[in-house]
Amino acid sequence: MSETTAPTGATAVDTGRRASGLPIRLEGVTKRYPGQGKPAVDAVTLELPAGQTTAFVGPSGCGKTTLLKMINRLIEPTSGKIFLGDEDVTGQDPDKLRRRIGYVIQAGGLFPHMTVGANVALVPKMLGWDKKKVAGRVEELLDLVGLDPAVYRDRYPRELSGGQQQRVGVARGLAADPPVLLMDEPFGAVDPITRQRLQDEMLRIQDELGKTIVCVTHDFDEAVKLGDKIVVFDVGARVVQHGTPEEILSNPAEQYVADFVGAGATLKQLTLARVEDVELRRVTTAVVGTESAAAVAAARAVGDDYVVVLDSRGRPVSWPTLAELVRTTTVPGTVDTRLPVVGLRSTLNDALDTMLAASQAGVVVMGGRDDLAGVLTIESVMAAIQQARAAVAG
Amino acid sequence: MTAATTGRPGVDTAGAGAAADARDTAAPEQARGGWRALAVQPLLVLLGVVAFLVWRTTATLTETEARQLNATALWTSIREHLSLTVVAAVLVLVIAIPLGIALTRGPLRRLSPLVLAVANTGQAAPAIGLFVLLAMWLGFGFRTTVIGLVLYAALPVLRNTMVGIQQVDARLVEAGRGMGMSAAAVLFRVELPLAVPVMLAGVRTALVLLVGTATLATFIDGGGLGVLINTGITLNLNSLLVSGAVLVALLALAVDWLGRVVEHVARPKGL
Repeated sequence: MSETTAPTGATAVDTGRRASGLPIRLEGVTKRYPGQGKPAVDAVTLELPAGQTTAFVGPSGCGKTTLLKMINRLIEPTSGKIFLGDEDVTGQDPDKLRRRIGYVIQAGGLFPHMTVGANVALVPKMLGWDKKKVAGRVEELLDLVGLDPAVYRDRYPRELSGGQQQRVGVARGLAADPPVLLMDEPFGAVDPITRQRLQDEMLRIQDELGKTIVCVTHDFDEAVKLGDKIVVFDVGARVVQHGTPEEILSNPAEQYVADFVGAGATLKQLTLARVEDVELRRVTTAVVGTESAAAVAAARAVGDDYVVVLDSRGRPVSWPTLAELVRTTTVPGTVDTRLPVVGLRSTLNDALDTMLAASQAGVVVMGGRDDLAGVLTIESVMAAIQQARAAVAG
Repeated sequence: MTAATTGRPGVDTAGAGAAADARDTAAPEQARGGWRALAVQPLLVLLGVVAFLVWRTTATLTETEARQLNATALWTSIREHLSLTVVAAVLVLVIAIPLGIALTRGPLRRLSPLVLAVANTGQAAPAIGLFVLLAMWLGFGFRTTVIGLVLYAALPVLRNTMVGIQQVDARLVEAGRGMGMSAAAVLFRVELPLAVPVMLAGVRTALVLLVGTATLATFIDGGGLGVLINTGITLNLNSLLVSGAVLVALLALAVDWLGRVVEHVARPKGL
């Protein structure tokens, strides 16, 4: 999981990726509230590597959110030091510090009286960017989070769905291209399907940008999916275990961790394996508006009994069977809203979920923003499960 | 609305676009409805004024009544009434809004429940009692009347300013601070704009209250339309009494309408 630091296996994932993040170092960070015997955060020392996503997990009230908010000093530490790169930021002007640290909260936290564009432009404007640069940046970011700038820039937050608001929240956090992004339960307020898609988007964005991300969550599956590293906390923000998802699942440090993460369950392995780790089926594709006969012929030539229809930008819109396609002259542009789609970095768990939700025996897999990677069938997922069980047993 | 949040941008725009289009068409209709409601009130006021003028020119009046109801005398009463209202209103805004804001900041925040309780009970105290007590202390006249009016009308503005700011989602304030806005920037760019509807409702209440309460000025020699009503009662001249009451009501309706227009215009878009 260290694409940023060791870009050796140069795959499609590495193209255009820059490690723009800075490492974060916490040294003996403590928060004591007056009138409370035990400190909320007790002398935490942690190193969060540059360009990686670290997930903070733990039960509610364990101090993980307090610790996160001490990184951008929304909560002032009682003692201890915080470093961004080599720079001690503990004594810096907090407002200036925060403009260099992206901050994303649950449900986006968008200002309802400002348009989507104005929300995203806030930090660049505070930093004194000129108008043209700000406008260009807003456009770039909305595009990055998958919202068409022409459609959404001038809308107000209440005209957006919860998932779209959260996307704008992410765009706003990234607006001034900060090296560090703090996310506080970012996808807690959306439905499970939307959450999974937002997580996929987040992984894709991180692949493009290589920020140092700290993400607080109470959902261990989310931590496994998003985190390159996971820190498991107990009360008082005591660090119980800090490691990769694989390490924590296969070798929990204490019974507490094992109970919390549900280690040992075979199907948990599905949250570790990514779609990109499994062999995908290549499929015949057809672009909307081209001749159906040609597509049918191409599919028959390789023995496929369906094709994936792409729109002009290369995004899948439907997957008709050949029997359906034969009846048309040109490939129809009808959008199948139930078409199951996952990303390459989705977990097998997500893929299986998506198949079950759509009652389909496969899912379409997207690579980058507009590019189709193939199709994952339920047989491949089952094979992966069997392999994992065999590995555990043997 | 799952389609609107799908990872496939093609579906994304299509689904959300359709839903938003429906809303786009709904919004102007709503706005038009709002303006229509706003148009009714000045028409009623105008109708009232015309009716009063028609009655004034056709009715047979006693000499005293005619003297009190001639154009110059009437205009003086109305002008006095308006100047009481306007001066008091300006003072109320200048005092109550900054005070309300201050009471939601920093250490003063602890006082806000106390102030809210006082504001709520103070509203229940009879204005006439306040006026008389003030007059005994500060003497009769315009100045004392204005002080009494300000004390009385500051309460709704103060209360609504505080409540309006307090009801702003704390997470939005934190989001603002979290991205590096200063406390002042959060106040002026997030908290106050979002509090505007509630604050303006308070201001409108205060204005209507001022117009009504200013009729009591007559008892402490402050002038205004209350003089007509008071004279009407003491001399048993019903046409004076009714004229004063009708004019005050029309004035209150007109002021209320102005307040509504301001509320409609100043309400931040997107709420």
